[in-house]
Amino acid sequence: MLQVENVSKSFAGPAGEVRALQAVSLSVAAGEFVAVRGASGSGKSTLLLACGGLLQGDAGRVVVDGQDVYAMSANRRASFRAGRIGFVFQRFHLVPYLSVRDNVLVASLGVDGTGSRQRAERLLERLGMTDRAEHFPAQLSTGERQRVALARAMLNGPKLLLADEPTGNLDPENGRIVLRCLAEFAEDGGAVLLVTHDAAAAELADRTVLLEKGRLVTDTRPEATTANG
Amino acid sequence: MMTNTSGPSMRLWHLIFQEIRYRKLNFALGVMGVVVAVGCSMGLLVLLRQHDWRTEELIAVKEKTTREAMLKMQDEMRRVSLRMGFNMMIVLRGQSLEEIYANETPTKTMPEEYGDRLAAAKVATINHVLPALQQKCMWEEYGRAVLLNGVKGEVYIQSKEQTPLLETVAAGTMVVGSELSRSLGLKAGQRVKLMGREFAITGVQPGRGSKDDVAVWINLGEAQQILGKAGLINAILALECECSDNRLVAIRKEVGRILPDTEVIEFSLLANARAEMRNKAAAVANAAVDQERKNRLELRRQREMLAKLLIPLVLAGSGLWIAMLMLGNVKQRSAEIGVLRAVGLRGQQILVVFLGKALIMGFVGAMGGYVVGIATARFLQEGGSQMGMRWLMRPGMLGVSLAGAMVLAAAASWVPAMLAANQDPAVMLRED
Repeated sequence: MLQVENVSKSFAGPAGEVRALQAVSLSVAAGEFVAVRGASGSGKSTLLLACGGLLQGDAGRVVVDGQDVYAMSANRRASFRAGRIGFVFQRFHLVPYLSVRDNVLVASLGVDGTGSRQRAERLLERLGMTDRAEHFPAQLSTGERQRVALARAMLNGPKLLLADEPTGNLDPENGRIVLRCLAEFAEDGGAVLLVTHDAAAAELADRTVLLEKGRLVTDTRPEATTANG
Repeated sequence: MMTNTSGPSMRLWHLIFQEIRYRKLNFALGVMGVVVAVGCSMGLLVLLRQHDWRTEELIAVKEKTTREAMLKMQDEMRRVSLRMGFNMMIVLRGQSLEEIYANETPTKTMPEEYGDRLAAAKVATINHVLPALQQKCMWEEYGRAVLLNGVKGEVYIQSKEQTPLLETVAAGTMVVGSELSRSLGLKAGQRVKLMGREFAITGVQPGRGSKDDVAVWINLGEAQQILGKAGLINAILALECECSDNRLVAIRKEVGRILPDTEVIEFSLLANARAEMRNKAAAVANAAVDQERKNRLELRRQREMLAKLLIPLVLAGSGLWIAMLMLGNVKQRSAEIGVLRAVGLRGQQILVVFLGKALIMGFVGAMGGYVVGIATARFLQEGGSQMGMRWLMRPGMLGVSLAGAMVLAAAASWVPAMLAANQDPAVMLRED
């Protein structure tokens, strides 16, 4: 589902060039739940944005569902992202002036929205947010906000979910709900790439990759461990 | 809770309206900028319009009062002319001037009905017609040569309503010239004899410094009998009209058409003095109107200059204000923009979100500015005129305000909207 091939990315920093990613290669199959771990500044978020078609690397390519994401035009890539990729962020990034339902539906603006409302209602029900559908983000708890963000990410039936520290601001109970939801998404055939510091969260993953200074140093599978370069 | 789950998915307009509701102050400040721009522009335009209308009113009033003053002055002139006497004489064609000067009166006679014919023809170039039989003769009772004038009173030009220059002299009455009155001691009310006939003096003419001072006026019929010239006259005295520029040519042409066997003699000094007086009066009147017009034009020029300076300044200021507000709005919403891009919105859609808001801002601001404009027009109305308000309240003006304000708001928001549309979502999300 996701192939990351030798992707490198550097940024200009105050103390010179920062090499956020260095020839990182990674693949996530459909139905696979992969956790990415690493210290702060190791390049985890950069990798996630690169995988989501939001940040083009200096080198390498990213293939999602068989299509080279950065070979597309910007508009085509936006539509592709809207239909195939879902994002979940640590700070939720809900739109403050939209209700819970509208926050979920906002994802339909990038696609043909046929049936979006029904799907939104089903997702809210599944995440236990139906009775909060008319509330605004400021009226929700952090756990509820993350569940709304999760519903938004899954509205258009993506094939790949990219989650950046989704449990970082949550209490254990809400964290478990979110992780279980991600695991179920993978069990239903979707691919999940989870960036996390949380060792417990990583335990739910099929694989865990470790990033250090922009390099993928370990890719731990249940049966084997490989080093990447 | 019952919700409609089968409706269409979300639309960008919903996003725009919800954001406006959420950030009311930002929107209200933007609307205020548009209101100021539209209100000021409308107010200044109304001021100029109002000025033009007021000028027209003032000039019309000035022209009316001048016209009235002119009429009054003409009446005065007419009276002065009366004192000066008639300025034209119509005599039989072939009448020698030499004979007139030698005898002090025309020597050839013509039918009395010529005067009636001239009056009945509604002559446009002559105001007053006085058929007369004049002859120099000896007033034997006093041993004095006098100029005898037989007049039957003025024959009015029928189309005109003017008081006669000379009142009718009734049968048995006489009017005497000033010199005769003085030298012979004649007074009004006195009874005298002329050629054996008795007359009552009814008036003494004021001194004119002309042969009129040694003349007597009696009824035409009595004069014809005394002189043995029944049904005849030898002159039609007339006063030219003031309306003709090339007056003598026109008078001769007109009189010649009605009385082909006559000719017109002008007493040019009198006529010229009269024309000069008339021209002078007209020039003074026109100068007064011109001065008023000039003053108003100068004021118009000053107000126009003010408008030319203020309108662009206000529009630029408002545009800048809206641009700054929009820029702040873009900055405030950078995380939101990043997420919207992350969930698949294209740059053009982000552009629509911001320009849509600007258009709504322009629309609402134009409505507000329109109301302010009308209030300004009400405030600025001069002399109770509501023309400014009526001018503003045309549907076209509302349309122009709406279109102008929406263009202003959209143009001012263009750069911030482009910045939002081109914002790199990765920058915001990486900073997160």
